Amino acid sequence: MLVKEFRYTITDKIGIHARPAGELAKLTKEFQSRVKIRAGEKEAAAGRLMAVMALGIRNGQEIVVTAEGPDEERAAERLEEFFRNNL
Amino acid sequence: MEGIKGKAILGRVAVGKLFYYKKEKRQVRRVGDADPGTELHRYEDAVRAAEQELLGLYEKACREVGEVNAAVFEVHRMMLTDEDYRDSVVNIIEGQRVNAEYAVAVTGDNFQKLFSSMEDEYFKARAADVKDVSDRLHRILSGQEESHGLLEPVILMAKDLAPSETVQLDKKKLLGFVTEQGSLNSHTAILARTMNIPALVGVPVREEWDGHMAAIDGETGTLYVDPDPETLALLEEKQACAEEKRRLLLELKDKDDVTLDGKRIKLYGNIGSVADVAAVLRYNAAGIGLFRSEFLYLEKNTYPTEEEQFAVYKQVAEMMAGREVIIRTLDIGADKQAEYFALGHEENPALGYRAIRICLTKPEIFKTQLRAIYRASAFGTISVMFPMVASVWEVKRAKELAAEVRGELESHGIPFGSVSLGIMIETPAAAVISDRLAREVDFFSIGTNDLIQYTLAVDRQNERLEEFYDPHHEAVLRLIEYVVRSGHTAGCSVGICGELGADTALTERFLRMGVDELSVSPAFLLEVRERIRGTDLR
Repeated sequence: MLVKEFRYTITDKIGIHARPAGELAKLTKEFQSRVKIRAGEKEAAAGRLMAVMALGIRNGQEIVVTAEGPDEERAAERLEEFFRNNL
Repeated sequence: MEGIKGKAILGRVAVGKLFYYKKEKRQVRRVGDADPGTELHRYEDAVRAAEQELLGLYEKACREVGEVNAAVFEVHRMMLTDEDYRDSVVNIIEGQRVNAEYAVAVTGDNFQKLFSSMEDEYFKARAADVKDVSDRLHRILSGQEESHGLLEPVILMAKDLAPSETVQLDKKKLLGFVTEQGSLNSHTAILARTMNIPALVGVPVREEWDGHMAAIDGETGTLYVDPDPETLALLEEKQACAEEKRRLLLELKDKDDVTLDGKRIKLYGNIGSVADVAAVLRYNAAGIGLFRSEFLYLEKNTYPTEEEQFAVYKQVAEMMAGREVIIRTLDIGADKQAEYFALGHEENPALGYRAIRICLTKPEIFKTQLRAIYRASAFGTISVMFPMVASVWEVKRAKELAAEVRGELESHGIPFGSVSLGIMIETPAAAVISDRLAREVDFFSIGTNDLIQYTLAVDRQNERLEEFYDPHHEAVLRLIEYVVRSGHTAGCSVGICGELGADTALTERFLRMGVDELSVSPAFLLEVRERIRGTDLR
C-alpha cells in the first residue's frame, strides 16, 4: 500500500499549540488511516495530543504528514486543508 | 510600607486585603500490592468525573470569558484522555501493582518534566496545564471536593494559580491576584486579562502577608503591602477615575449614535479578522466600515482560494445580520508583505506596487476576491471598496472587473445581493479629483493614515519625523472637507475609517463638515459614541 504524504510549513505565530493540536487529534480520529507527523528527526502520531505538543513545532518549521490506510487519500486531503486553515 | 516589583498582566489598580491561597498539599501515598482490576476501575471512574468537571468549567468559562479563552479546558479534557497519558497510568498500575493515585502522580510528573524541559516558552508553560489535569485526577481519586470559596473581597496571592482555579474563583470577591510563578503568556494571564482582573506575576509572595492591606498598581507593576496613606490615596484616586470612566462608557453600550440636535451618525467598527466582530457587536456598532481583507492573504503561504474567502465573508455578513459590512479589497504591499506575491524589493514601497495597483495588473487574483465577496453578499449587506485609488481610470477598470464577475455569476445561476461600490480616499490626488470620482461610486471612505502621510510627505514609520507628522494639519482637514462636499454634491455618502476617525478632538469638526459615517477600532467605539451624543450641531 502506498503512503499519502504532504509537506507543510507552519505559519501560526506560536506553532502547533494546544488548541489546534487538540483539534488535529480529534480530526485524525475520524479516519481509519494511521496519521503521523514528522518534524526533523522526531515523529508522533497525529491523534496523540501530548506527543504532538512534545514535538514543539514552531512557526516556520516544515513538517511532513503521512497517512497510511484504507482512507489515506481523503485523510491527507482533509488534514492538509486543516493545516492550511488553522496552522 | 513595602513595594515589590512584578510583571503586570493588566494596567489596572486594585486595593484590598491580601488572602494567601494555599493549595492543599498533594501527598501521594504509594500503596503496594494493590489489585490492578480495582485500581484501573477507580482510575476510569476518576477520568469520567474529571471530564464532567472540565465540561462544566468549559461552559462557565464560555459564558464569562468567551469561547476562545475557554478552549484551555477543552485542551485539558483532551490531555486527560490522551492515549500516551492513559497508557502510562495503566502500565504503572498493572506493572507495579500500585494504587491509581500513585500511578497518576508519577505519570503527571513525567509529562510535566517533558514540557518544562522544552526550549520554547509557550511549550514550557504547558507543564502547568499537565499539572492542573493530574492534580484534578488526584483530588477526585482521594475523594475531595473542589474548594475555591472566597469569604470576602480580597486580593488573592498564591505561589501559582492554575487556569481552572482562576476561572472558578468568585469574580465578585476577587479584587485582583498576585502570583510568584506564571508568565505573561500563561493561560492564567490570558484569562485574567479577559476577565479584566488586575494581576501581577513574578512577585515573591509571603504567607505572613495574609490579612494585610495591599494595593496592586498595574501601571507600574508594583504590589504595595501595608501601603502608607499617601500611596493609598493616590492609587485609590487612579482607580476611581478609571472605574468611573469605564462605567459611564459602558452605559453607552446600547445607546444610539445621535447628536444632541437629533442627527443620526453611522458609527461603524473596523475589523482585521473574524474574531473582531464580537467586539463590534458587543458595543452595538451599526456596521463594519473597514473589513481589512489582508489577513486572509497574510496568514497563508499561497493565495487564499475563493471558497476560503467566501466562507469568511459569509460568516461576517451573517454575524452582522443585515448591518452593513464594507470589505476593503486586497491592500497588500508597502508595510504588509506576503512572500508568495513575490513583490520584490522597492526603493519606495509606500509609493510602490501595492493595493489596487496589484489588483489591476493581476486581475485573476482580484476577480477571485470579488467573486467570493459577491457570493457572500447573498447572506447579508455587503459593500466593497477599493484602496489606494489615484485616478478615475482605475475606478472604471475596477468596476469593469466587478461587472465581469457579476456577469459570470449570473450565467452560472449563482445568487448575489446588491453590493454598493466605493473607494478609499487616501491619496491627495483622489481627494483633489473627488468631484470626478464621486460620479463613479456610491460612497467614499477616507483613509486618514495614508492621506496624512502622502499630503505632508512624512513617513509615519520614521520616528525622527514625529514632530512633523501632524494629523490635525490644516491641509489634511481642508482636503477632508473638500472630499465631503464633492461627495455629497454627487450623492455619495462619505465616511472616515482611518485613525483620525477615533480622534474625539475632531469629532465635532467632522460632523460639522457633514461626515456621514465614522468607522473606528472597536476599542474606541464607546468614546466616540459619547462624543457624538454630546455634540450639538445647531
